[in-house]
Amino acid sequence: MSKVLVVTSGKGGVGKTTSTAALGAALAQSGQNVVVVDFDVGLRNLDLVMGAERRVVFDLINVVQGDARLSQALIRDKRCETLSILPASQTRDKDALTSEGVARVMDELREKFDWVICDSPAGIERGAQLAMYHADMAVIVTNPEVSSVRDSDRIIGLLDSKTKKAEQGEKVDKHLLLTRYDPARAARKEMLSVEDVLEILSIPLLGIVPESEDVLKSSNVGAPVTLAAPTSLPARAYFEAARRLSGEKLEVSVPVEKRGFFDWLFKRDA
Amino acid sequence: MSFLANIFARRQQSSSVAKDRLQILLAHERSSGGESGESDLIRQLHKEIMEVIARHVAVDQDKVQIKVDRGSGCSMLEIDVEVPQELSGKRAS
Ligand SMILES: Nc1ncnc2c1ncn2[C@@H]1O[C@H](COP(=O)(O)OP(=O)(O)OP(=O)(O)O)[C@@H](O)[C@H]1O
Ligand SMILES: [Mg+2]
Repeated sequence: MSKVLVVTSGKGGVGKTTSTAALGAALAQSGQNVVVVDFDVGLRNLDLVMGAERRVVFDLINVVQGDARLSQALIRDKRCETLSILPASQTRDKDALTSEGVARVMDELREKFDWVICDSPAGIERGAQLAMYHADMAVIVTNPEVSSVRDSDRIIGLLDSKTKKAEQGEKVDKHLLLTRYDPARAARKEMLSVEDVLEILSIPLLGIVPESEDVLKSSNVGAPVTLAAPTSLPARAYFEAARRLSGEKLEVSVPVEKRGFFDWLFKRDA
Repeated sequence: MSFLANIFARRQQSSSVAKDRLQILLAHERSSGGESGESDLIRQLHKEIMEVIARHVAVDQDKVQIKVDRGSGCSMLEIDVEVPQELSGKRAS
């Protein structure tokens, strides 16, 4: 049975696109058929993070408007054959995305894939609402910081009112993904703690992704962190989050490097 | 100091990959009147090539794959058309 998952946050720059790519790749690496869909019309970036930017021909709007077939717009990942991307348009106006057109494309995607993962634009306006409308599940990406938590709360409100599930009297299955988490700053109490954020938002925790240079390096080379640096801390957090999404019950741990400083240096060196 | 050199070498590597990727992408986005210009060209080519093929064979749009690979200096445009069985049979006999 296929699942539509929206990765959303309200606030910009918290790690939605990074998380879409990493979770999508992690689920695909476990053998499931996954498509990641860029809903950030006008500011597409998922193609760059996935390393598919040279291969974009058609986009979501072309498919919605009937100018291209879905199969023509999908780009299959070169490293992982169960992973595909549907890019956003870079130039068109987001009003070109009609609700009916999006509904048709989502139905078609559901038939082809086990997971349809939608990368939401920032904000709470139409673009974000279109991205979440068809969702069965939501990953709310939050940084341990006041404005991000506040915006996540607003997004949770929208998920409970402005989605197809909500209209049918059902609930979107919501999960909190805490990203850019800095254990050292948390220890010094300079950052909201995991418990604080969970208490305020009261939705289940999907994972804690640490702040890490591996994320930046991966986006430099155009690969989800789970493909580029599969043993890194952020990749491990994303792999575990993907297993939880697939229904496994796993305890969430705070990601800390268990090695000493010199091991760390030699790991870089290798 | 070799391990330090290594750290910097690796950092250099991923950022220079990033720079190369961006240069190629932006060169394409800036030329031919922005990305839409280039995509419009590809779409036009696709449309006209399909019209020529359609004069000879009935093709199913779902059996047509269009691929692009933008490089530095040149791009590859690849159009795969699955030709129906009857026709290839006729030609063979
Ligand atoms: N765990 C992390 N460690 C370090 N850097 C990170 C991490 N997660 C994301 N980033 C960086 O933060 C920046 C924003 O990430 P990203 O583009 O994924 O956010 P976004 O929520 O999609 O942004 P937007 O709202 O603009 O779409 C990027 O430069 C990314 O590399
Ligand atoms: Mg984004």
